[in-house]
Amino acid sequence: MKLSWNLGGLLSVAVIGVTCLLVLPLVVDIFVLLQLTLYLAFGILALSLGFVWGQGGIFSFGQTAFFGLGGYTYAVVAFNMSESTLPLIAGMLVPVAFAFLLGYFMFYGRISTIYLAVMTLTVTLIFYTFMGHTAGYEYSIGRAHLGGFNGMPSIPPINLPGYPERMAFPEDNFVITGAALLLIYFGLRALLASRFGRVVVAIRENESRAEMLGYDIRLYKMVTFGIGGGIAGVSGILFANWNAYISPTVFELALSAQIIIWVVVGGRGTLIGPVLGAIGLGYLSIELGTQRTVDVNLVLGAILLIFVLAVPQGLLPTARFLALRYLPWARPPEDLVTVAHARESANND
Amino acid sequence: MDIVGSVAVQIFYMIAILALVSSGLAIIFGMMRVINLAHGEFLMLGAYAAVVATKAGVNIWISMFIIAPIFVGIVGVIVERLVIRFLYGRMMDTLLATWALSLLFIGVMTTIFGNATQSITAPVGTFSMGDYSESVYRLLIIAFAVVSMLGIYLVLRHTRLGLIARGTMQNADMASALGISPQRVYTITFGLGAALTGFAGAVLAPVSGLLPTMGATYIAKAFITVIGGGQVIVTGTSSAAVLFGTVNQVTTILTTPVIGTVALFVAALILLRALPQGITGRFFRRGL
Repeated sequence: MKLSWNLGGLLSVAVIGVTCLLVLPLVVDIFVLLQLTLYLAFGILALSLGFVWGQGGIFSFGQTAFFGLGGYTYAVVAFNMSESTLPLIAGMLVPVAFAFLLGYFMFYGRISTIYLAVMTLTVTLIFYTFMGHTAGYEYSIGRAHLGGFNGMPSIPPINLPGYPERMAFPEDNFVITGAALLLIYFGLRALLASRFGRVVVAIRENESRAEMLGYDIRLYKMVTFGIGGGIAGVSGILFANWNAYISPTVFELALSAQIIIWVVVGGRGTLIGPVLGAIGLGYLSIELGTQRTVDVNLVLGAILLIFVLAVPQGLLPTARFLALRYLPWARPPEDLVTVAHARESANND
Repeated sequence: MDIVGSVAVQIFYMIAILALVSSGLAIIFGMMRVINLAHGEFLMLGAYAAVVATKAGVNIWISMFIIAPIFVGIVGVIVERLVIRFLYGRMMDTLLATWALSLLFIGVMTTIFGNATQSITAPVGTFSMGDYSESVYRLLIIAFAVVSMLGIYLVLRHTRLGLIARGTMQNADMASALGISPQRVYTITFGLGAALTGFAGAVLAPVSGLLPTMGATYIAKAFITVIGGGQVIVTGTSSAAVLFGTVNQVTTILTTPVIGTVALFVAALILLRALPQGITGRFFRRGL
């Protein structure tokens, strides 16, 4: 019974996701499709924090470091290649390697939560400061010129592996980005259902208990952090490809702030919530950016404040909770309700 | 000799800036374990208060020493009453809420003042050491930093208010049993921390351009200094400021300001890795 309820949720995500991927390029115009591609790329970024923070309990201020690193690596390698397969692989591996390195440094050093947040923030700022400093021509890697605050323009687009002349059109980018989002989402769901995923959640719930039971929490946290870094890297590649441009602004505090807002609004502890948060708030920011009466920061700040004070669980968990309580037909078998309530009260402790 | 003097002034100036921008944060974090991510915006509000008052014809020193601290102190009290007091003990939520406030303040100030840079100049000139000339205002900033650190120490150590505050932070229930309202102590402490931050912002106004987003320039350095210092307010913050300020400025003189900033961040990473509880987690533990 429990399995079928979970499967229902997964199936509906799969059906809705695949339908959108196939139908949207045919019905909406190219401008909207371009915007949607960006939101989906940000959705992947939100998913990375949703996993690292929401499931692993590691509050990282620095997902943008891996995001930017992925984008920059893709760009640098792509400039030196005539084909995009190797750049894609490098753009994923470099952030993963860096996340493992940083994770080793932090988790094996037993840095506490708040200090970890400050450290990841610091790393992001190092990238921001350093990348802004690379305007001189001595900062070139092969044919790629880093360009300081001017960034790297006209990044080569993704092409069909093995066919350099078959480059991705905007419609293709939409499908690629959406497919990556769905793949990563289901990959994470599978991971969380595995033994590894259960230990990760157990560590989030109670670190000392997990450690007393014999799990090496340092190792599990490092791997969690590494996976999150890789996902953020993928998002960075897709962003660089979408924009054909990357600059140090990807390391700015503003973007780190937004990711956290997406996760808080969508719902910590869920995976689909952060994605919905990214898409919804991404849309809202763009809409607000086109008018001049209300400042974007003002609205984002107000939304975050209201959520922290009034809806600390985020939209999706709150909606689920309300549905379980007031809609009899949405109620799963009795044992699941008990589990859900138990989890709810455990979270409130 | 002249160059030694000039280099010394530059190093002390950097240390003073770090100490000034982080002292208010150190009080709020050290006493109440609240991570105030709106700290940079408190600095920004202080700077704007000083500039607006000065442009309205108030004497620059009065706007710096009186108007800016009082204004930001009041903002701090309001923030504590409306937001922070619901979130004590939930560190992550205070962090998020203060971040929200930071965005909110930036939004409000952008709406009011726009995105144009404003500035005032300090009414003091320069002095020369042989071939080198230094602005007198730099020396004043160094003096302000020393005075505010000393001030915090004296207030915490030797006044009734400081005693009550320290007692409440150590054991709020006991303080409450002795007839002190912890709520009020928290509000006052938060307000004082904010006021000090407002003063720091006002002091920085003549040396940095005023923008609604200027807080971001200082917030990271302030955090690193406070966290690097550890829980002990005055000793921790001063020793971290001395360490990071020296690293930053010496590297800057040897290379470029950008590499200097990077060196500061790298030094902070290494320090936190070696001493996860900050400097005062290992040394000067019995300080204040």
